[in-house]
Amino acid sequence: MRISTFWYCFKQGVRNICRNIWFSLASIATIAACIFLFCMFFSIIVNVQHIVRLAETTVGITVFFDENLTVSQIQEIGSEIGKRPEVDHMEFISEDEAWDIMKDEYFEGLEELAEGFEEDNPMAGSSSYQIFLNDISRQDQFVAYLENLNGVRRVNYSNSAAAGLTSFNTVVGLLSVVIIGVLLAVSVFLISNTINVAAAFRKNENQIMRYIGATNGMVRAPFVVEGVIIGLLGAVIPLCVMFYLYRQAVGYVQERFQILSGIFQFLPLEVIFPYMALAATLLGLGIGFFASFFTIRKHLRV
Amino acid sequence: MIEISNVTKEYVEGNKALRNVSITIDDGEFVFIMGRNGSGKTTIFKLLMKEEELTSGRIVVNDMNLGKMPRSYVPKYRRRLGVVFQDFRLLKDRNVYENVAFAQRVVGASTRRIRESVPAMLQMVGLSSKYKMYPHQLSGGEQQRVAIARALINRPEVLLADEPTGNLDSHNAMEIMKLLEEINEMGTTVIVVTHSHEIVEKMQKRVIYMERGCVVSDGMPGFYGDMADEWVTEGGEIYED
Repeated sequence: MRISTFWYCFKQGVRNICRNIWFSLASIATIAACIFLFCMFFSIIVNVQHIVRLAETTVGITVFFDENLTVSQIQEIGSEIGKRPEVDHMEFISEDEAWDIMKDEYFEGLEELAEGFEEDNPMAGSSSYQIFLNDISRQDQFVAYLENLNGVRRVNYSNSAAAGLTSFNTVVGLLSVVIIGVLLAVSVFLISNTINVAAAFRKNENQIMRYIGATNGMVRAPFVVEGVIIGLLGAVIPLCVMFYLYRQAVGYVQERFQILSGIFQFLPLEVIFPYMALAATLLGLGIGFFASFFTIRKHLRV
Repeated sequence: MIEISNVTKEYVEGNKALRNVSITIDDGEFVFIMGRNGSGKTTIFKLLMKEEELTSGRIVVNDMNLGKMPRSYVPKYRRRLGVVFQDFRLLKDRNVYENVAFAQRVVGASTRRIRESVPAMLQMVGLSSKYKMYPHQLSGGEQQRVAIARALINRPEVLLADEPTGNLDSHNAMEIMKLLEEINEMGTTVIVVTHSHEIVEKMQKRVIYMERGCVVSDGMPGFYGDMADEWVTEGGEIYED
């Protein structure tokens, strides 16, 4: 396509928008509303997943080893375990550290009772590894691997925590797919309606174009330009709003619910916004392009 | 050359718009197609435009068999035709220059070519001084001239005109016919579908007269005289079905 032809189609697309300005504005507003909701869900889902991931890494698996193993033998097994891709990070807890932790947890305020054990560590032979996974849904598989390792005496883990977090993740994912699907359908319907109105306005022009020998692409181009512009504007407006609102909302939640700040760590705007902007722009572009491309098909035959 | 051989067109089963029609039009000819409403003249126009598919027979336009032409080739084929309608079909929101340039823009012509050819075409149809005017500021005859300029700007081999004088008074009608004759003299084949008895008589060109989907006469004016008398009323108005 020549540059002059491209500009001609672009101008015609803009002209279409101006000609049906109220329809176009209604479409832009509704798509903006849909994409705003999309951005909101995107922020919520990404943050929830981030929080869930953080929670996942705090649910650890404790591995105890046979009592006759030396520390170096245990650490050797530990380095083997550390090579597994499921492992996010792991900590070695020696028998002395285990006793210190126990003293802190069970003998707080009654330290004199613990002194009786000083010469004979009750946690002897309890050196362990605390392992944190990067994906808790793979816990069962990983535990089975650990239990089959030579030298491993016992593996402690929480099955319900893993199952709960995994199912929460799945529910959030499914919910987002359903909501985004409905929003997409509404947006496509609206753009399609606007393009239909534009096509009705340009019926005479399209007919002349066909008689003169314009290709389908040439007849279609102004409408696709119109759809893409509407889609893009429908994406840019909510992105601007989100850019401002996200910081405000995160600031508000952190200020009002300081008690939860240890649990809820929100992603900073700089991290989340590029992905959100890319997704929303592609969504706007995609809706605009496909809705106009397929809507105009029925107007192509003369 | 346009060769229409044994063409039948059936819109609804059993209702034939064209029955075994055969017509040959040489390059550079000027031909009128006449007939009552429903005689099949517009169907021929639509078949030549590749707007409708024929039911049986063969149409060849400048070595292109329309029956075998894939739909993707239709735009290219139509660029070799110029088309003019009774109702002008101009773009009301664009001026004379833009209306003519439109035909070149939609086929992807360069801006430079448009700037060169549009003024020349407007000069040819006598509208150079009115290039900035909008259709509603022009008379019917002038609007039809713009439509002719638009049809000719891509230098078609064949010009098809469907009732080009139908909305014009007799003076403007003759002006338009003279313009079409000039275009024909430059080598373009011109096919005019018309009801106007008067124009056909004045132009003295080949006339194909159709009746109920068949060609009933083909020759110079006078050949169809007896049949035409049946459909011209006493006041000289054209009889409509």
